[in-house]
Order: sequence, then structure tokens, then C-alpha cells
Amino acid sequence: MSKLRLLFVKEAQASYISHLDLMRTFQRCFPRTELDIKHTQGYHPHPIISIVLPLPVGQSSDCELLDFEVTQDSDGSGIAEKLNTGMPTGIRVLACYEARRPIRELDSLRADVTLEYDCGVPENAAARLTALLARKELIIQKRTKRKEMADVDIAPMIRNAVVTADGHNVFIDITVQAQNPGLNPQLIEKAIAAYLPELTPDFVRVRRRAILDGNGQDFR
Amino acid sequence: MNKKLERILPRVQKPARYVGGEYNAVIKDKAQVDTRIAFCFPDTYEIGMSNLGMRILYGVMNRMEGVWCERVFAPWGDMEEEMRRAGMPLFALESGDPIADFDMIAFSVGYEMAFTAILNMLDLAGVPLRSAQRDSLTPLVIAGGTAMYNAEPVADFIDLVSLGEGEDITVELVELHRKARREGWSKAAFLRAAAQLDGIYVPSLYDISYHADGTVKAITPRDGAPAVVTKRIVHDMDKAYFPVNTIVPSTEIVQDRVMLELFRGCIRGCRFCQAGYVYRPVRNRSRDLCAQYCLDACNDSGYQEVTLSSLSTSDYPPLTQLCDQLEPFCESRHVNLSLPSLRADNFSMELMQRLAKGRKTGLTFAPEAGTQRLRDVINKNVTLEDLLNSCHTAFAGGYNAVKLYFMLGLPTETDEDVLGIADVAARVMHAWRESAPNKQRGVRITVSTSYFVPKPHTAFQWEPQITREEYERRVQLLRENMTTKTVTYNWHDGQTSFIEAVLARGDRKLGNVLEAVWRKGGHLDAWEEYFSLERWLEAFDECGVDPAFYAYRRREKDEVMPWDMISSGVSRTYLWREHENAVAGVTTPDCRTHCNGCGANKLVGGKCDV
Repeated sequence: MSKLRLLFVKEAQASYISHLDLMRTFQRCFPRTELDIKHTQGYHPHPIISIVLPLPVGQSSDCELLDFEVTQDSDGSGIAEKLNTGMPTGIRVLACYEARRPIRELDSLRADVTLEYDCGVPENAAARLTALLARKELIIQKRTKRKEMADVDIAPMIRNAVVTADGHNVFIDITVQAQNPGLNPQLIEKAIAAYLPELTPDFVRVRRRAILDGNGQDFR
Repeated sequence: MNKKLERILPRVQKPARYVGGEYNAVIKDKAQVDTRIAFCFPDTYEIGMSNLGMRILYGVMNRMEGVWCERVFAPWGDMEEEMRRAGMPLFALESGDPIADFDMIAFSVGYEMAFTAILNMLDLAGVPLRSAQRDSLTPLVIAGGTAMYNAEPVADFIDLVSLGEGEDITVELVELHRKARREGWSKAAFLRAAAQLDGIYVPSLYDISYHADGTVKAITPRDGAPAVVTKRIVHDMDKAYFPVNTIVPSTEIVQDRVMLELFRGCIRGCRFCQAGYVYRPVRNRSRDLCAQYCLDACNDSGYQEVTLSSLSTSDYPPLTQLCDQLEPFCESRHVNLSLPSLRADNFSMELMQRLAKGRKTGLTFAPEAGTQRLRDVINKNVTLEDLLNSCHTAFAGGYNAVKLYFMLGLPTETDEDVLGIADVAARVMHAWRESAPNKQRGVRITVSTSYFVPKPHTAFQWEPQITREEYERRVQLLRENMTTKTVTYNWHDGQTSFIEAVLARGDRKLGNVLEAVWRKGGHLDAWEEYFSLERWLEAFDECGVDPAFYAYRRREKDEVMPWDMISSGVSRTYLWREHENAVAGVTTPDCRTHCNGCGANKLVGGKCDV
């Protein structure tokens, strides 16, 4: 029996595949590997697979992780290639290996947040956004699991942010807390709307670049 | 990805429906193709992608050199609103290109309530609605599918109709269109030539005249168009294309499994069933080929569920052997086989029990009518005894939920027949009491009734639909008499079925109504969320059309039907004979017992594969 982990890219059209649908997509691809995925017991057995830090619909990522268990002994070699023969456009498995590190060591994630301004980036936007993201307190309204709106301070979850700009885009290279609780980098849009409404962009694009452990090293 | 689309998607439900990129979606190099086809399904992605015909023809067209066929579905209301606001025309999923620039726009139409969605999709594409407003050879707007056995309500919007099974005729048609473009024919010249292809109906080449009472007086073909267009079929199912490497949607659809088609046609001859008549004759696919397709399709798609599809799967002669043959593969790959519909006979039950393995959830039967008399009228040759035996077996085997489907308003139905439905439910309940090994678990019996819609090309094409008021009275009568506890009674709302009945046997005068309904906002009428009876009634009123004329009127034996230029291969004489047998309560044996002479055998050179 082996516990395996996949590292994969999710981008382009595939960024619109929801978490549940992504699980189904992987489940359908596993028979290509000839690995025997461990199933739950009972009347409706389903494969034991889990996606670490599910990506919000619409975002892209270079570094998604999926954990699964197989009944055979395997170090995962050759699996990525086999899975890639059956994937939709925009999902590409980069590696498959034994899952050694526990997920709790995953500490933060780094993302590129691009703010698009169709009429050009407002003056001083980069400096003002830098100041905004450095604030001690950054309260936004967020829907809770009970579907009520609640005030949440996201400032403590922002580890680092570097803001740059060109003619029509502001680029935020941001590192945020990954779990317990994690911060969706997309929520920066809400902070801007709340504190600097005049800097509200026409569109926000998010791409996950890295997942990091407590030492700032890539978590695998 | 298109920038406008990217900005819209975060605001719409289930955006994965609108982006394509699924496994096995066909991507071609635009520079290498000379024919672009937008294959449209006038309903949502989840419904359209569940349609086997769509998958077959997608494969057939994309196998053609130089042809790129792409899929287009109707956007849900939120998406449509966003697209219109952003000025984004209807696009094809594979390339993202606007379909107005394509060579052909082809609709697969299985349901009359989708007619307004056709108009809406043309409008979203930026294509003029009416055939007469489109002078150019491209885009050519064509349609096929079961609802096109009476295409008259949409005749003014569609350039031509392809009748029957499209595997062969679609190729011939695409080639002719390619030639016409290459040689610079006019659209009119192309349509005249297309009308010479077997199975192609060009509505604009037929003049329809009417009697003062509104019935059709004559159908007059022009420019050499044939008086009767007979549907096309595939002769040999073993040579017919089967979509082994079919698209695997990345988001859940209605039929999210391998659809393995075992045979076409149906031996049963239920008199209300349009599919049962228009898909004749029966043609089986050989067992080994079915088994091979099953393995290949599962291996390619990764699906772990296969539905053994056909109009009446238990009538496939080597069904048991096929299941035996597939068993080792299913076992090793955790693949489940399922039967889409179940006849209430012992054979089906045994098979069902075998296939179900651990999953014993619910069973569905469709007795259709509450008394034997009425079941004889409709030629649904299932007895109450068969049904109860099946239920006994099911309950004894651990099932604890049964769904029973009936129709209200079948020809000759009396209150006694209506009350018979409650009686059937009570007896099924009794069967559970007698046979269930563990009564603590309880039982769920669900009775559903729909409102019968007489369809063209059936034995009941002459019959009136009962009025909505009468339908509601019968529903009420049944409600009051459905006294058995634990029986849940669901009934269809009559509004949609009434409009469906109008459209099903409609003529060209309904074209204006469809356009009026669409202009009032009827964009996706197959969905309750968007259907509005008021809108339809207003449109009928404005167009001076009486819907009762179409839905509630009994047709004379010799009346010219609006769809008389179309033949399914089953003769009108046979349908009338079946109609008379129905009224007399005389049943007709299935095609395997003996040939009843419907005429469809002529489509395959005289001998059916029963």
C-alpha cells in the first residue's frame, strides 16, 4: 500500500472546473494508471482521493496537490505521463511521488494577483495599494458558512505583498496564510472596494504560484 | 480565452459549461478546414451533452476531411443576459468563434418545447430568424431530430430538415454544400439540389393551402421536390459509426456515463409512442461489437457506469449473453451496467437483480394506464399480474422504493380508468406487505401522472388532447382517491403539455406565434423556470391563432395532416388500422411474434431484424 501525491497545473478552461468536478475528472483518469485506488467501504464505495487546498473556481494554479492511496506498492514513477493522456485542456500533472510530508506543514501560498484597469492604471495606484496591504487592520465583509455576512480582518493573513504596475495592470505578488484559516487572494478586491473604491479594477485575475512550508520553501 | 467571456464567467452559474476544452473535444487547425459547422442543441449543455445522437453526428462530421464540427448549447438565463450586455454573440465551444460566420448551423431538435430556443439561439448568434431573410448560402440553417417529423411550426426559420438517422445523409449534405460553395451556387439553387437527396425536406419548396376552417387543403411541392420525403436510416448497425472516443464533460451532465446503444427501433408498438413508430424498423448491433464498444468506451472515458441504451433494452435478443460476456471486465474495473427502462416482466427483473449488485435503491415501472382495458387500447402489453410479480420479486430482494408512471387523458379514458391507477398503487403496496423481508425499513411508492400529448406519426395522431380543465379534474379525482398511505402522488402541471400538444401537430401558421412568444421573452420554454403560459396565450391571441384547434380537435380520417409530406416509413393505412384497433380495445402483437405490416420493413429491403 502506498500514499501518493500528485503535483499538477490547473489553468485556462480547466480553471472553471469546480472542486467536485475536478475530483470526478481525476477519478475517471485513474484507471489509465493501472493503479488500484483504495476505496471507502460500504454500499457506495468511492475512491479515497483528496485535493489539498481546493482552488476557487476561475483561478489558475501552477502547484495543485492531490493525495490518494493505492493498494499496490508504488513510488509513483510513470503515473503522471499516464494521467496526462486523459486530461481536459488546462490540467497537466507535473509529478507523482510518495506523500511524505503531512499537509499540516503547508503554511502559506504565493499568488500573482493582476488588477486590470481598462482605462489605464490610476495615478499612484501601486504606492497606495502597497500602503493598503501593509495596514495593521484590513476589515472586509465575508460570507460565513452559515451564509451570513461577517466582518473579517484579513491583515494578519497577509504575509508579504509586492505591488508593481504597467499601463493597464497592477501586479501584486502576494504571500498569504494557506490554512486554518486560509486567505483567498481574490478577496483583495473586496479590501480595495472597501478602502480605496476609486482604485476598483475592471477585472481581477489570480494565479497560484507556489505553496510554501514554514521556512518559505516549496511544499511538496 | 476570449476576454469578454473571461469577464462574464465569474458572474454566472456553472461556468464550466461555457468554456469547452473537455477530454476528446475535437480541435482542428482553422487553416486546414474549408467547412465550419456549428452543431447546436437548443437546450443547456447538461441536456445536450447527454444526447447520444449529438455525439454520433459530432464524430461523423469531424471524421470528414476538411470539416470542423463544433458544439453550441443554449446559455442559461444568467449567461444569456451577460452575453447580451457584453455584446457577445453566440459562440462555438471548441474554437470560441462566433457561429454567424460558420458555413452551417445545424440544430438537433428532440422536443417541441425547444422551438423558441432555436429562435433565441439564432438571434444570439446575430443570424436573421427567417429563412427568407437569409439570402446567402452561408450560414445554412438546418435541423434534424425527432421533433422534426413535423417541422411545420419552424418551417419558416429553417432552410432544410434532415429526416431520420443522420449518419449517411449528413455526409452527403455537407459534401453538396461544399460543392455549392466551391462553385458559387445561389442558396436557392443549392436548396433545389438538396431536395433531391433522400431524406432532405426543404420547407420553402412546398406550398401549403388551407380550407376555410383552417385545416390543410393541399401540400404542393415545387421545383421538382418530392411529394413525400422518407426518413433515412442506417441499414447495418454493425457498420454504423459509434462514438467510442467521445467527449467526457468536465462538469456533471444528466447522462454522465457511457451510453451503449444496443439496437434501434422497438418491437412493441405502443400506440401513443412516437419513438416506437418513427425509429422503426428494429436493427440490432451484434453482441461482440457491443461488448467491444463497451470496453473501449470505458477504457477511453474512464466512466464506471454504462447504460445499455435502446427504446426497450430487455428486447435485445442476446442481452443475457452480453451481460455475461461483460461481467469479468465490469468486475475487475468496478463498472456498473444499468438498464434505462424496465418492462414489468420476469426476465427484466432477474436481469435487474443481477446487475444491481449491492445498490438496491429504487425501481421504475411505466404501466401508463390504470386498467387492463385502457392498457389494451394503448397496446401496452403489460398485465397487472406482470407488474405485481415484478414488485414481489423486487421487494423480496430488498428494494424498498418503486416509482410508477401513468398518463392521464389517453383516448377512451374514463373515470374508472383513472381510479384504476389508485388501485394499482394500493396493490403494489399490498405486494410490499406480503413480500418485504424487513418492514421496519418502510417503503416509498411514488405515482406520477403526465398529461397525454397526441403526437404525429402515431396511431393517436387523429385524437384530441383532453382539455386542461378536464385534465385537472382527473388529477383531482385521483388525488381524492389515492388513499393508500405511503403512496406519494405527483402530477405534471398541464400548461406545458398543452403547448406541447399545440406545437406537436401544428402547421406553418404557428411560425408567427413562435416568433411572438420569443419576442415576449420565451427563450428556454422547456424549463419551468422560464415557461409562461400567459406569454403563449397572448401570442396566440395576437396572431389570431386558436390553440384549441391544434390541441383539442379530433381529426377526420382523411384530413390532410400538416406533416403529410413526411414519412417515417410506417404507412398511414397502418396507423389508422392501429387507431381503429385501439378504439376497439384490440391489441397488436409485437413484431417478433409476427409482422403486422406497418411498412417500415421496406426501408431495409423487406425483412426486419427482429
